Order: sequence, then structure tokens, then C-alpha cells
Amino acid sequence: MAAITSTPRQKVGWGVTNFVVVALALIPVLWMVSLSFKTPTAVTDPSFIPASWTWGNYTQILKTATFVRPLLNSIGIGLIATFISVVFASMAAYAIARLRFPGKAVLIGMALLIAMFPIIALVTPLFSIERALGLFNTWPGLIIPYVAFGLPLGIYTLSAFFREIPWELEKAAKVDGATPFQAFVRVIAPLAAPGMVTTSILVFLACWNEFLLAISLTSTIAARTAPASLAYLSGSSQFTVPTGPIAAAAVVITIPIIIFVLFFQRRIVAGLTSGAVKG
Amino acid sequence: MSTRTEVAAETAAEKPVGRRRKPPLSEGAKQERRLGWWLCAPAVIVMLAVTAYPVVYAIWLSLQRYNLELPNEVKFIGFANYGAVLTSPYWWQALWVTVLITVVSVSITLVLGMLLALVMYRTIFGRGTIRTAALIPYGIVTVAAAYGWYYAWTPGQGYLSAALNNAAPLTSQYKAIAVIILAEIWKTTPFMGLLLLAGLSLVPEDLQKAAKVDGASGWQRFWRITVPLMKPAILVALLFRTLDSFRIFDNIFILTQGNNGTGSVSILAWDNLFNALNLGIGAAISILIFICVVIIAAVYIKGFGTAAPGTDIERR
Repeated sequence: MAAITSTPRQKVGWGVTNFVVVALALIPVLWMVSLSFKTPTAVTDPSFIPASWTWGNYTQILKTATFVRPLLNSIGIGLIATFISVVFASMAAYAIARLRFPGKAVLIGMALLIAMFPIIALVTPLFSIERALGLFNTWPGLIIPYVAFGLPLGIYTLSAFFREIPWELEKAAKVDGATPFQAFVRVIAPLAAPGMVTTSILVFLACWNEFLLAISLTSTIAARTAPASLAYLSGSSQFTVPTGPIAAAAVVITIPIIIFVLFFQRRIVAGLTSGAVKG
Repeated sequence: MSTRTEVAAETAAEKPVGRRRKPPLSEGAKQERRLGWWLCAPAVIVMLAVTAYPVVYAIWLSLQRYNLELPNEVKFIGFANYGAVLTSPYWWQALWVTVLITVVSVSITLVLGMLLALVMYRTIFGRGTIRTAALIPYGIVTVAAAYGWYYAWTPGQGYLSAALNNAAPLTSQYKAIAVIILAEIWKTTPFMGLLLLAGLSLVPEDLQKAAKVDGASGWQRFWRITVPLMKPAILVALLFRTLDSFRIFDNIFILTQGNNGTGSVSILAWDNLFNALNLGIGAAISILIFICVVIIAAVYIKGFGTAAPGTDIERR
């Protein structure tokens, strides 16, 4: 919009501003990448460029079950929890966006309450309940709470997307003799797919990032997720600090995020802002 | 937009009428109502199972003397756990740290987020690059980033410590809190910026131009036009950020483990549960945190008139 009258001076000004923003966002990440390539001796050198480079940290962590198993747990738990919450959330969001039924306001209020819920308040009871039910330190023990916390995010984002769908098509399907359920599955679901992809990404990122429940409801690598495993990594020998391996592990769990961001940034931004601000 | 308002008007008009008529529901309306309930049921059941029931259970736990090391001495003791927590200096210390971190980090995040939003909105080139860069702190695993900050501030290892004459801020209370706040700000400013950017794009460009013609400076236009029009978006973003910041756990857990008086209320509750194995006290702290969150939300929604997100879904 300002392009009509941008002077060289303005261009330089914006160039500097943009550079500062990008640098502030990236320097801490680059620092971690740099640490992950440092040899155990180079770690004690605070310079940004490693004095001596090594892939050793990566080969080490990718060989130990202490990290690989939690990484697989993270992927599995994240995907299953995301799938279940997006399916449940899209059903609820469809009902909210489209159907008339009593109790809608209660449902919205409940989702809001859970979105704001202090997770720590659930740690004590969930720890106790899951130990009694045998869910402690298992995949379902994390998947169930992750689904519950993914649902409010899913319901808000999806009902915002569902409001944009051309509903005349659904009416047309009903005129042609489809039941409301058929209209949902055959006509609306395909149209809703982009919103569902976006929601899945947001919910998966939330599960991938979750730490408090992950350290509280697990005790071994049977169910521990990748973020929770970082604290359990050790150095190449008992006497080396685990800085390098931890940095390498941090980079490994960051890579999927960077890939998501690069591929889906428009969707992520649309999803983040649709639920919260449009009102 | 127009269809939405129609739908809202329909629902609004229908409700009272529908209640007054006795057996008025047509077969189709009944079917619709039943389908609505069925579609919501799975979500409702999961959310209730994971939150409502445990909260009730937490309230019950908080009224017991319940230490996992002394399983035979479980006993109902009324509000004694709350008394113990509320008279303990540790609780007030943790609450002070939490409030300090929340207030400082949320205020700075608001200012920086607004600047970021303005840069993303007004910049004449490289908008995509900035957005991509900004999304990385938002998406990165908090714990991974926290380790980055931890090593950056470790003397003899970190670039930031080296830049400040081998400073060791993580070993003293307020410096460590400053580092925690810095980590929070870095992580959450992009989210704030993106929410505010969405609010910013709702401010009509014509108004800005009209004010400019009338001789308003950029500063005046920002405070008199942009900010008032964005108020709802700002308040919702603030509500989310405040509640999120009040629950701070990950960054402190990695950066200081809550040592040197840097623990938040969440860290205190976690310590009582997993280090002292005291479920009763842990549950009492959890319930107190829950009450704090309800108070914060009430202040925003009733006090500042923040539209609770989602209520608009009903209104439309």
C-alpha cells in the first residue's frame, strides 16, 4: 500500500527493521544449532561459531533409547491425540455452527473454561486417578488428557471455519433426500477439510510442545515424550556435561516445527487468528 | 456476514417462542436437536472426564491429610491444608514471583507484539519472511528453547553470559527472574503479534486517511483511531496471555528448577506433589491456583468488558 511513494530512505529503514525482527527470532535458534555441533571441548567456548565441529551429538542421541523411544512416543501420542480431538471437535463444531439445540452456550462456555484451565490443577488428581486405573506411564494416559485440551482449540478454530462454508449445498443435498448425517459426511466434510488440516496442525503443535503432563504422568521411556526426555540425556561419558546431546535433541524436536511452519504458515496464521479475534 | 446475522436472528427469535409452545417441535427440529446432542456428546464426555471429575477429586484430596510416604495416615482434616498453604511464606513468595513474571512479561509482550504487528502490517517488503521468522518462536518447543537460554546464560559456555563479562544471572533471584521473563517474551511475542495483526487489519484504511487529511500525526492516529478500534482484539489477546503466563512452568523448570526464590505457584504445587509426595497440600495449592485463574478471568470479562472468546459464536 505504501509502495507508491516509498523512497530509498524508507526502503533502508524497513530493511533494517525487518532484519532486526528476523534476527531476534532466529538468533536463539541458531545458538542451539551451533551448540549441537560443538565437540565436548568446544562447548566451553562461548563463541557462536563452533571451534571444532562434530556430528557426534546427533549420532549419540539417535543411538540411545533414552531419546529415540520418547521421540517415537511423541509422534505416536501426538498423532493419535490430534486425530481423536479433531474428529470429536469437528462433530461438535458442526453442531455449534449449524444446528439449533439447547445447551450450545453451555458447551461453548465449558470449552472456554478448559482452554483457560491451569493444567497444574489437574496434575495431582490425574496422577492419582491414573495410578489407580493403571493408565499411569502409558500412551492412553497422555492421549486422553491431550485430547481433552485439544478439544477447545479445535472447537473454536473449526466453528470459525465452518461458518464460512456455503451451507446452501447442504440444503441441496437434503432436498435430494440426504439425511442430516449424510449431508455432513458427503457434502460438508470435504468442504471443511482445509479447516480441519489447519486445526490438526495447531493441535499437534500443542501436543508436541506439552511438558507438564508429560513429566508428571510418565516415569519411564515407555510413555515419556521427547520434550520430557531432554532432562534425562547424559553426556558421552559419565563425566562429560550433556550440553551437546541436549542441544542436538532440542534441534531434532524443533525440526518438525520448522517444517510445519514453512509449509503451512498461511494456514497456521489463519487458524490462530480465526478462533480468538474475529469477534 | 449477512447469512450469519440471519441465523443469529433466527435463533434469537426462535428460542423464547419455542419454549412457550407446548409440543411444538416438528419431527425435523427434534431430529436436529438430537443430532446436535449426539455430535457434541463425545467432546463433552472427554472434557468432563479429564477436567470436571478430577477437579472434584482434587477438592476432596485437598481436604485430606494424604502423604504418599505415609499411606496409612490418610485422614479428613477439613481446611487444614489450605491453612498450612496460606500461612506459608513459600506460597506468598511463589505467588509474588508468578504475579511479577505475569505482569512484566505480558506488558512487554503487548508492546513488542503491537510493534511486530505494525511491522508486519506496514512493511513494504519481506512480509512473508517476517511472518515465517516470527512463527518459529511460537512453534518451538518451550523446553527446547529454555535449554537454549539456559546454556546461553551459563558462564563459560554461553554467548549472552560472555557478552556481559561472564555474568551468572541464573544464580540470583531477580536476575534469574529477568532471564525467565526474557524467555517468556521471546516465545510469546509472535503469538501476540499475530493476534494483534488480525485486529489491525479490521481497522478501516479510510478512517486513517481521513484523519491524515485532517492533519493528525501518526502518533495521534495510532492512539485515537487504531487503539480504540482494536480494543476488543487487544483485550482478548491480553486475557489469553495473562492466563497462560500465570500458569508458567516449563521455562522455570528448565532454567532454575525454582531455586533461589524463582519458583512460580505451578512449580510449588509440582514440588509438593513429586518431591514431597504430599497429595493433600499439592491439591490445595492446585485449587488455589484455579481460584486465582477464575478471579483473573472474571476481572477481565466483568471489569474490562472483555468479550469472552466464543460468546460471539452464540451472538452471530
